[in-house]
Amino acid sequence: MRDRFGVGVFVALAAITLVFLVLPIVAIFVHTTPGKLIGQLSNPVVYDAFLVTLKTSLVAQALIVFFGTPTAYLIATRRFFGRSLAVTLVELPLVLPPAVAGLALIFALGRYGLLGSKLNALGIDVGLGTQDAVVIAVAYVASPLYIRQAIAAFEAVDPRLPAASRTLGAGSTRTFFRIMLPLARGGLFAGLALSFARGLGEFGATIMFAGSLQRVTQTLSLAIYYEFDVNQDAALAMGGVLVIISAVILFTLRIALSWQRSPSNASPSLFGASSSR
Amino acid sequence: MATVTLERVTVPLRSFELEVSLAVGGTVALVGPSGAGKSTVLNAIAGLVRPRGGSIRCGEETWFADGVFVPPERRSVGLVFQDYALFPHLTVRANVEYARRHGADEYLDRFGIRHLADARPTTLSGGERQRVALARALARDPAILLLDEPLAALDAHTRVEVRTELQQLLAGLEIPTLLVTHDFEDAAALATEIGVIVDGRLRQTGTAADLVARPADPFVASFTGANLLPARLDDGTVIKSADGGEATTLAVYPWDITVSTHPPDDSALNVVVGTITAITELGNRARVTIGPVSAEITGESLRRLGLEIGGRAYATFKATGTRVVA
Repeated sequence: MRDRFGVGVFVALAAITLVFLVLPIVAIFVHTTPGKLIGQLSNPVVYDAFLVTLKTSLVAQALIVFFGTPTAYLIATRRFFGRSLAVTLVELPLVLPPAVAGLALIFALGRYGLLGSKLNALGIDVGLGTQDAVVIAVAYVASPLYIRQAIAAFEAVDPRLPAASRTLGAGSTRTFFRIMLPLARGGLFAGLALSFARGLGEFGATIMFAGSLQRVTQTLSLAIYYEFDVNQDAALAMGGVLVIISAVILFTLRIALSWQRSPSNASPSLFGASSSR
Repeated sequence: MATVTLERVTVPLRSFELEVSLAVGGTVALVGPSGAGKSTVLNAIAGLVRPRGGSIRCGEETWFADGVFVPPERRSVGLVFQDYALFPHLTVRANVEYARRHGADEYLDRFGIRHLADARPTTLSGGERQRVALARALARDPAILLLDEPLAALDAHTRVEVRTELQQLLAGLEIPTLLVTHDFEDAAALATEIGVIVDGRLRQTGTAADLVARPADPFVASFTGANLLPARLDDGTVIKSADGGEATTLAVYPWDITVSTHPPDDSALNVVVGTITAITELGNRARVTIGPVSAEITGESLRRLGLEIGGRAYATFKATGTRVVA
């Protein structure tokens, strides 16, 4: 009798949790029908924000993968002095409040910043009001998610496999592309999905470092905030778009992680028990 | 056929330093307990571990010496890893082609794995995996074949079968082979020369018969399967040996011991009397543990003598059957 009561309490608490998590998403779609959502896509504010988001996200994620993959590989496979410091530095932007990240970027890469002033002298401007600034803000806050996951993915590869590759005549470059990359790909895609999702929602660092300029720096997240006072339908439509994209990303993530499991027998984890060994 | 020579190769390991000098011309087995540094020797030859000192040469070629370190991909080595380390994302054919772009089929045929060409390694049995690993390691035409615990990954059932297969393969192979195992019997079956390695040092090298006939120290003796006995037992019995000289520890092999239920009347023999603590039957042989010694007798005599655990028995062996090891 008492036991049944205990189970009942648990079920009730779980039900409240689920409703709490799902209700806000349902609310968005209650207020914006598919017809309204599609209609709003031709609204220039929504359309521009969508394009800015798409473009900056793709460029930022491409840069994250290009720079982050070799970084993660070195951290995962080499033992060097200051390795744990490197891991901590990589993860720092992850715990930094976005407003602080924005501030930090302004003083580093802004027009009067540490490096920014030197770049400005060379005629390169990546500060307020430029689309490059959006890319930088997104890359700064999202890259740790990719790199962490990538480190875990490379660490999960049995170290005897690259060793076998070397003894079979493959140099370290061929070993990386033929053995390490294919075996870590599930974890790399999972990391990319997480990083992409984080990048889409970027708000604080972007608004401080890049500003909110329609057609240039105004992403969907920023546009929702500004349109909310002007045109609620537009805000809801953009919200709907982001919910759909996020759901697709989550789905991709699950597939990517099951993918990692099958070829290498490594046990995957969403947020990698990685980094500090 | 070039000989691979290791001269005073030193590698610092966790609790001791490995130091090995070794020439591999034929088929050599390194045996020793786990953690003795056996695999490190293989990794040093393959170039996966960089020694602190010494030199490694293959014929005229220097692979490692002061200021010389040839990376693994440029050493002519075929290394078969423990558990085989097959690439799980590649098919059997692609695994072999990884080492040899053209003519991989010839190797698939030679190892009888052509029918598995399109299978993934994870779907194969232990014996099949070993054949793939061997085909892959040999596909590069290496100057030396290195085998790390080739039989450890197999269950007892397939072990003997795969060992026979490996024996035939090694016999037909025309390159020097160095294999590592913790099992003296496997070493004796597969190699012509055996090196016993303990705590990073080679204690003794020789043929299996040499090691059994003249074990250099108590460890080698017990490793080759001998009983170790103090020169004077707790009950005051003095063990006689034909070796002569001062002895503190003697070795006697189980197959040199006969078992009886009555005391033998020949006083020239060594007699150990005690309670039977264990009887293990394996096929038509039986291992009987009497006090401090284990004897190997036939299953027939086990039944004829009516031996049982807890019973009293006499283990008898000649003075010429004992070796002084310390």
